[in-house]
Amino acid sequence: MGMKKPEDVILFKNNKRIDGRKPDELRPIKIEAGVLYRADGSAYVEWGGNKILAAVYGPREALPKHIQDPRKAIVNARYNMAAFSVEDRKRPGPDRRSIEISKVISEALERVILTEQFPRASIDVNIEVLDADAGTRCAGLTAAGVALADAGIPMRDIPVACAAGKVEGKVILDLCKEEDNYGDADMPVAIAPLTDEILLLQMDGHLTYEEFEKALDLAIKGCHIVSELQKKALLKKYERVLEVE
Amino acid sequence: MEEQPKIAIPSMVVGDAKRFRPGRGTFEKGGKIYSTRLGLINKQANFINIVPLSGVYDPIPGDTIIGIIEDISPTNWLVNINAPYPAVLHVNEVPWHVELGETSKYLKYADAILAKILLVDETKKIILTMKERGLHKLNGGQIIEIQPIKVPRVIGKKGTMISMIKKYTGCRIIVGQNGRIWIDGNTDGVEKATRAIRKIEAEAHTKGLTIRIEKLLKNRR
Repeated sequence: MGMKKPEDVILFKNNKRIDGRKPDELRPIKIEAGVLYRADGSAYVEWGGNKILAAVYGPREALPKHIQDPRKAIVNARYNMAAFSVEDRKRPGPDRRSIEISKVISEALERVILTEQFPRASIDVNIEVLDADAGTRCAGLTAAGVALADAGIPMRDIPVACAAGKVEGKVILDLCKEEDNYGDADMPVAIAPLTDEILLLQMDGHLTYEEFEKALDLAIKGCHIVSELQKKALLKKYERVLEVE
Repeated sequence: MEEQPKIAIPSMVVGDAKRFRPGRGTFEKGGKIYSTRLGLINKQANFINIVPLSGVYDPIPGDTIIGIIEDISPTNWLVNINAPYPAVLHVNEVPWHVELGETSKYLKYADAILAKILLVDETKKIILTMKERGLHKLNGGQIIEIQPIKVPRVIGKKGTMISMIKKYTGCRIIVGQNGRIWIDGNTDGVEKATRAIRKIEAEAHTKGLTIRIEKLLKNRR
């Protein structure tokens, strides 16, 4: 959005999208749990062209002391893009965009973690975007969900996210780079798949009420597909742990 | 034949609420029992529990732990017990008579102690005691850290695993519930014991572990 579409880019033709997908098709997704040795829990996600690492530390003592909450643990997610993750070099360090994403992801994760079991502690989630290709906050939150489960943190549900949007008047699932840049709307949605409770919902661009309803349904459907992949990744790691020899 | 335990992940259905009751690491919703964490499903009496496969040490009163002195004040010591929270050891809870302000004469910074958890309140404030038999300051030896959830494996059923390591290496070994293990003995013995414990940590929850560890201990005599 925001960028003017060059004349030669055709986003939607013959019920096919620019990368050949159907309107309700996800990009290929690969999830791996427990990839980092020093973190308490970790996950690696490849989602289309996105490559994302998530690492979880804690629950550990929250410092400085004045940020401690005597009733529950605080969840601290930090979303960061590597300098080499985008075409032009990204200036390192937190900027307006990554501070916002860190905040919304922290709040989404807080909804599913049983924070009351660890008063005065903090749970730190680091989300590192190595390669960005539209939908990094969804892929990042999905990776964070797997990493939290891998760290053995008690949760109501494994959070999962997926985006829906609109290009050339058509509601589509999981936007790719061109669709994100030249499309009409992008709407990331995170849910707790057990109850379909919405943990995160943002929207960039314009949708009519009917289109919004349609996009939300589509995004939730996408989330459920990704959720199965998350669970498979976790089971795969721990079944391997049990099978030594 | 022991059945291979099944793995549970958060939000997975692990049982029916009509037949079982939700135990540790589970919650009940709409007649079904769900897991809240990653672990092995364990059915005990009519309870379903989740035995965690990963996670930090959760202090429980009565646990014997190995702590490291982190800070000293006139009336108490602050002890790192490998949990998300520091623990307090008050001068009234040590076996010596300590005059006010003389705390550092008995336990200094970075000293290791064998202590017991006396109390954990709802905000997870932890109080330790050293006033029971067998609790003392740890002099000499070395401490290794393993994942706290693997401690039961290192001890083994009725202490079989740990007594086997002691027998073959001739070391004195103390296992704290918080994942710290104190080993003292000759250099070869300590090295062998460390290797055995690391192997147990890596291959916990697999079949025939005791036999493999015994082999390893017998081999490099």
